[in-house]
Amino acid sequence: MAGYILLFLVAAAALMGFLSAAKARRTAEASSGKTHSRAIYHGLNAAIWTGIPAFVLLLLWLFLQDTVIDHLVLARYPGVEAMDASARSIAISEIRQVVAGNIFKEPTPEVLAAVEHFKSLQSISAWIIATVAFAAAAVGAYLAWRFVSKRARARHSVERAVSIFMLLSSLAAIVTTLGIIASLLFEAMRFFAMVPVQEFLFGLRWEPQIAIRADQVAGQGAFGVIPVIFGTVVISVIAMIVAVPTGIYSAIYLTEYSPPTFRAVVKPLLEILAGIPTVVYGFFAVLTVAPAVRDLGAALGLPSEPNSALAAGLVMGVMIIPFISSLADDAFAAVPRALRDGSLALGATKGETIRKVLLPAALPGIIGGVLLALSRAIGETMIVVMAAGLIATMTLNPFSSVTTVTVQIVTLLIGDAEFDNPKTLAAFALGLVLFIITLGLNLIALSTVRKFREKY
Amino acid sequence: MSAAISQVQTVDWHSPAIEARRKSRYAAEARLKAYGLIAIVFALGFLAILIGSLIYSGHKAFVQTVASVEIDLSAAGVDKAKIADANWKGIVKQALLDLGDAKSLPKREQKKYLDIFTDSAAYLVRDAVIADPSRLEGKSTFVIPLSDPFDQLAKGEVSRQTPEAQRRVSDKDIAAFDALVAKGVIAKPFNWGLLFNADSRFPELAGLAGAISGSFWSIVVCFAISFPVGIAAAIYLEEFAPKNRWTDLIEININNLAAVPSVVFGLLGLAVFLGWFGLPRSAPLVGGLVLALMTLPTLIIVTRVSLKAVPGSIREAALGIGASKHEAIFHHILPLAMPTVMTGTIISLARALGETAPLLLIGMNAFMTSAAHGIFDASTALPTQIYIWSDSPERGFVARTSAAILVLLAFLVLMNGIAIFLRQRFERRW
Repeated sequence: MAGYILLFLVAAAALMGFLSAAKARRTAEASSGKTHSRAIYHGLNAAIWTGIPAFVLLLLWLFLQDTVIDHLVLARYPGVEAMDASARSIAISEIRQVVAGNIFKEPTPEVLAAVEHFKSLQSISAWIIATVAFAAAAVGAYLAWRFVSKRARARHSVERAVSIFMLLSSLAAIVTTLGIIASLLFEAMRFFAMVPVQEFLFGLRWEPQIAIRADQVAGQGAFGVIPVIFGTVVISVIAMIVAVPTGIYSAIYLTEYSPPTFRAVVKPLLEILAGIPTVVYGFFAVLTVAPAVRDLGAALGLPSEPNSALAAGLVMGVMIIPFISSLADDAFAAVPRALRDGSLALGATKGETIRKVLLPAALPGIIGGVLLALSRAIGETMIVVMAAGLIATMTLNPFSSVTTVTVQIVTLLIGDAEFDNPKTLAAFALGLVLFIITLGLNLIALSTVRKFREKY
Repeated sequence: MSAAISQVQTVDWHSPAIEARRKSRYAAEARLKAYGLIAIVFALGFLAILIGSLIYSGHKAFVQTVASVEIDLSAAGVDKAKIADANWKGIVKQALLDLGDAKSLPKREQKKYLDIFTDSAAYLVRDAVIADPSRLEGKSTFVIPLSDPFDQLAKGEVSRQTPEAQRRVSDKDIAAFDALVAKGVIAKPFNWGLLFNADSRFPELAGLAGAISGSFWSIVVCFAISFPVGIAAAIYLEEFAPKNRWTDLIEININNLAAVPSVVFGLLGLAVFLGWFGLPRSAPLVGGLVLALMTLPTLIIVTRVSLKAVPGSIREAALGIGASKHEAIFHHILPLAMPTVMTGTIISLARALGETAPLLLIGMNAFMTSAAHGIFDASTALPTQIYIWSDSPERGFVARTSAAILVLLAFLVLMNGIAIFLRQRFERRW
């Protein structure tokens, strides 16, 4: 239904646009070309007036219709006063299943009556919106048609509409951030209603899989986030140990030593590493790196597991190299020429200039880049989901398996859609922790980089 | 003081001590250079191993071992009005038994012999006949994929030297298979099924059609939302917004949003789009919405940079001859900035195409045996399909996963290639 209404609106808007533009052209001819706005603006204005208000009403209806219909159906359902919220949602989902034609067992007469009620409400609602949309389009079309005249300021009207659209678009980023914060906070609050905050923040055991029934959670301490964060830190530190020296040394070589042709070839090749999807890295880690790392661990006589932290961290580090390399590159480029020349003029070798002059001067920029990379490593998901472990252990042995925040979020939520047990809600609490950590790192990193830029 | 100066003046630059110092300084220089080269070699070597190992393990999935079997359907007595109801299992079984002269074998060995071919052979023949009923007249040849263990055997992945107990095919199976090879009915054509079949539990039939269509619809939704909204937001912030605390906040917010982990966007999609708005789970619509929110910040940043790069003289000239502010922007500045914007858009879409974690959270890892036909059908996407296959225990899926990755990388190379072409062909340097 909504699709047809949408098609109708597009067609009506296009038609009104052409008609109004034609009328504006006739008006212009009648008054020897001296209208305020060109015909195209009259056309656009008419299209906007015809289409947009009706479209907004249609969107509103699409978002509200389900809630309203559920409410009305339930209001007439027998015995609804005695039901609590979860019983109500079970009842309404059963009714919806029957409406959709998925009948598993013979529905009760009450359900059948509710289904009839549901269907009648659905068709009433469809007719209402069709009428409302049609009326809105007709009124808009009429107003826009009457509006066409010699002095009408159609261009101003169109430009105002475009400005409003642009203003709303610029708010999209804010709305997204608010949406993230609201959804994470809201679901995390529900989690903290079941598991105390201090238990989550300071607990040393993370065993979410056993807490399927709500009564098992109380006092068990199975939702302690510390070991999960510990694992995240272990893997991220391994990644940074790989990425930071490699990234900085390659940036030094590319900016200071390499001939231009070498740089022109190597830099894009390095950037490819950043463009490869993380799921590819994850598969590579499982397929090639993890077995090699396990063999290495066995050769060293350390207890090693197939999902080792080292394999995940190593591959993640490689993924981050181009990130650090290009940020360090920018930082070196921002150091004023005079510093470099001064050092060379005093007789320092190129290497001494780099180590004693360029590096300290570029350090704030590099640190900002490293912090951004660290936040990326902490938030990286697919490599660790595929290559790291599921069990939260606190160990510093890089050949054993640890788990991370992102791994837990994904494993807790895959295939599970019910938002009523602590197991699924824990994922949102973890998401909140992850969001706060990465947000903090990003803010520090961005302000470090900005301050450094102001200096020179 | 004077002592120090006289000391400097009498330095012997060729004394052994100074020579040694100079040597160590030059050595440090050479070391630094070497470290840089080692770092680059390490990174590029890793890239080479990555691509190499994917091609090595994936290239075999681009061919599929098949047997061609000739079936005389005119003798099978199929009712033309009800083709689907015929006893296809029986017909195909007889034909396959004839192919290997296995009719005289006892029942159990017949069953083992039939394991050489894919389980779904009967359905493949049925669907082929439904698609082309003229095949009911007389003999026609059908191509039946071999089941995974024999596909692996034919490709040499299963070594015949391993002891019988340790491989999935017995010596007898191998003998039966070799007999088929000797008859010349086994071939290894290009595996079109990899691109045009939907997903399946059997590796020999599994393909990427569902994943490709799911990714396609997600990217279409993502583009339809993020492109207009991103450009509009960038124009507003660059050209119209007053410079005050509020717009500063928006700017910081956009920069931050670009660095938020993708899995958090998945949580947002799960809680808001699926939970609060009740949109369908696993649908490309929701996937596209989440990807649009993720690409939006990058797109806004790219568009702002390219708008900034257009010289002010263009705007002043337009305003000078009486254009309104909107006309100056939409008729002159935006068209000039468009090549860069398009390049940035394609690169961000390529990034979105490779995103996995948010799509997993909104359920785009559904097992679907048919391709999605629109944005409301449940579907997988290319990266989530790779994830599902990489989790499957069957041996054939290892090669298929690598092949799927190569297909995904091919799409990414194509998109980035278009972006680079646009940049070099149309971008202006002012």
